[in-house]
Amino acid sequence: MPRFSSISELEDYRRSILAKQDPKTKVIRLCDTGCRAKGSPRVADAVEACLNEHGLNGRVTIKRTGCQGFCQIGPVMVIEPDNILYQKIGPQDVPEIISETVLDGNVVDRLLYKDPETGTKILKEADIPFYGHQTKIVSKKTGRIDPADIEDYIAEGGYSALAKALGTMSPMEVIETVEASGLRGRGGGGFPTGKKWRSCRDAPGMVKYVIANGDEGDPGAFMDRSLMEGDPHSILEGMMIGAYAIGAREGFIYVRDEYHIAVKHLSLAIEQAESLGLLGKNILSTGFDFTVQINRGAGAFVCGESTALMNSLEGKVGEPRAKYVHTVESGLWDRPSALNNVETWANVPLIIERGAQWYQDLGTDRSKGTKIFSLVGKVRNTGLVEVPMGVPLRSIIFDIGGGIKKDRAFKAVQTGGPSGGCIPAHKLDVPVDYDNLKQLGAIMGSGGMIVMDERNCMVDTAKYFIHFLMYESCGKCVPCREGLKQMHEILTNICEGRGKKGDLDLLESLARFMVDASLCGLGGTAPNPVLSTIHYFRDEYRAHIVDKKCPAGVCRNLFEYVIAEDRCNGCTLCRLKCPEDAISGEKKKPHVIDAKKCVRCGICYNLCKQEAVVIR
Amino acid sequence: MMVRITINGQMLFVQRHTPVLQAAARQGIVIPTLCYHEALKPYGSCRLCLVEAHRNGRPRLVTSCNYPAEDGLVVFTDTERVKSARKTALELLLARCPNVPQIQRLAQKMGIKTSRFYKKQDERCILCGLCVRACEEMVGAGAIGFAGRGIEKHVNTPFGLQSDACIGCGSCTYICPTGCIEMVGEPGPSAHRKIRISDPDLPPCGQEHRCETCTTNQQFIEEMKEVIRKVRQVP
Repeated sequence: MPRFSSISELEDYRRSILAKQDPKTKVIRLCDTGCRAKGSPRVADAVEACLNEHGLNGRVTIKRTGCQGFCQIGPVMVIEPDNILYQKIGPQDVPEIISETVLDGNVVDRLLYKDPETGTKILKEADIPFYGHQTKIVSKKTGRIDPADIEDYIAEGGYSALAKALGTMSPMEVIETVEASGLRGRGGGGFPTGKKWRSCRDAPGMVKYVIANGDEGDPGAFMDRSLMEGDPHSILEGMMIGAYAIGAREGFIYVRDEYHIAVKHLSLAIEQAESLGLLGKNILSTGFDFTVQINRGAGAFVCGESTALMNSLEGKVGEPRAKYVHTVESGLWDRPSALNNVETWANVPLIIERGAQWYQDLGTDRSKGTKIFSLVGKVRNTGLVEVPMGVPLRSIIFDIGGGIKKDRAFKAVQTGGPSGGCIPAHKLDVPVDYDNLKQLGAIMGSGGMIVMDERNCMVDTAKYFIHFLMYESCGKCVPCREGLKQMHEILTNICEGRGKKGDLDLLESLARFMVDASLCGLGGTAPNPVLSTIHYFRDEYRAHIVDKKCPAGVCRNLFEYVIAEDRCNGCTLCRLKCPEDAISGEKKKPHVIDAKKCVRCGICYNLCKQEAVVIR
Repeated sequence: MMVRITINGQMLFVQRHTPVLQAAARQGIVIPTLCYHEALKPYGSCRLCLVEAHRNGRPRLVTSCNYPAEDGLVVFTDTERVKSARKTALELLLARCPNVPQIQRLAQKMGIKTSRFYKKQDERCILCGLCVRACEEMVGAGAIGFAGRGIEKHVNTPFGLQSDACIGCGSCTYICPTGCIEMVGEPGPSAHRKIRISDPDLPPCGQEHRCETCTTNQQFIEEMKEVIRKVRQVP
């Protein structure tokens, strides 16, 4: 590989890569990150073996990409140049795909995606509603390029934003462009990125740092992971531009060690960028020096908080410290530090390349650009979705997500992870942006969206998140550590039927205290799940406390399963599967549940095809 | 650089970045603390020293032990918001450590009879971190630290093992406001004196503490205990 000593050499190299590419070459794109859980490496091996067998090596290439987004139908394979998408592929399907589609150009009908609404088979990736309703900008390259190959990134226009910034813009112009774009921090707080950079540049000190926060810890969130695994160079390029703007020469990427593919791909990306002269001393002969180091976190949720992350980087206990002096003035090793989420960094090259105005045109008044959400829970199409800011929740959950599984009723969506809030059905038409979500009692967070249906108990949901936070709080300050412990105790009492009359008031007063008095953002937002569920689902809390009933049928002490005589057809399925022998009845006659024997495991409830098992 | 700040309506000039707690003390305003010690770096964990700070028009609760004085800062130390927050913080500590005299006294002072919270424990350590900071910042040994996180956080030696880093100086036992670290004697030279956290019992001795060194150690421990007792009796 060459080592670029000027911007024009980089451009020449890009042209030479593009000249080598033949647009007619068949490229098989296969997700090799998220889909690994569903066996994509075996599929990839089968493809390679099959290509060998047919002597197609060189004429057909297989590209092991990052996450393509539609996790529900994985392993996903797309065959270029026609972009035919095959879903749920196994190694046994590979010979047919190669002989039919790759060699003869026929479509393997049974592997196509079937629209659950209309029942029609869809051939191309872009025509699937899940993809069609999205605006992929930041996650566009993820799932298209090989993250382990810098050539692929350069061919897609990679590092041209860096060249533009270094070659034609002054650091102040970069900051002004980012400010004008309206980009706000994607880690959750939504602080204007340009403003942060300006403060950091203005802060006194010779040594400054840029840091990428890849310590994604929310349950059910994986957008940062997919970016780091599938498009590591975008993050690097963004950091380089940021470092140039604020005057930093060193960068750190903090990744949790559980993300070992992310660590691997980022390390590889750094290595390749260094060998090409895109990292190191005097980059592209512009006099700009920059090096990046990866630090692996041990998986503490609290280390995603900026000051805790910096303590951890310094080798100390991952505890937040007071931010009365901002980290842009006194951060890592007490030096000015600009810390941004990896998704924020990945936005930067796009803004520099296409200009602030282009970015301004996306999104709402005060929230610009797009946001990647991880859509999980009781929704039909789970996966990663990228939409412009301002798209209503309804569109994300119903148009892209395909609605609720088994056509049950939507109940709430939890946004922003454990520190976020639950948004009920009547607020579904609110456009999603930082300010609206905050007004609803939730937060943008890093972009997790957990969809819940009528069978989720909101008290139990609040308890789940408080339990998570209770163990993931750093335990430093009294409001967070002791407050969460007491909050969990109260919620447990309510869920187990020991709720008392004053409990809601006590919860609310404790929550207000925690918001007011906690040391860091974790404690300050921790009561959100409780406050938002009390606000929107007070009746459900009352049912638990006063009537001692759990309407959703989750809290075991507070409901009974009964079989509705008129619906039961006596199929005996529930009787055979009941682990406690609590169900009796003859074939083709209504069955009965013995409430004394029943342990409320829910097996019969979930099994019954007639929905004859009901909650009382 | 000197800056002008206002505390409870009294205007004063202090060095820029002086912690509000120190500035207030100069005016004779007493702010309760549990995790603050003037010889150590402020930690901001007990939240008893909360005050209401007004800067750029926005009032918010901050910990006075580490909030730096800036020009034009306006502070109130006894508003309803402050009092209620301090009270709740102490109620939470009272639920954690109902039998610690220091906590009981503070609760009495603030007019708290019982804690509203259900989960009652019987801990002695309030995790103020004074021992950890004294060991690191003053002694320079760094023999103890925090282990675990969330509700499992506790003070311990590395991996919970007896550590050679501990020089048995007793600083942690001296500084602990709730008396949950005790000195434990062992036969051998004085360097073998160890600390024992959250466990006041002495280990059984095979020689029934008859050896000479042990007797000396026993005396030292008794003396230490007497000193600590005297120190703690002073309100």
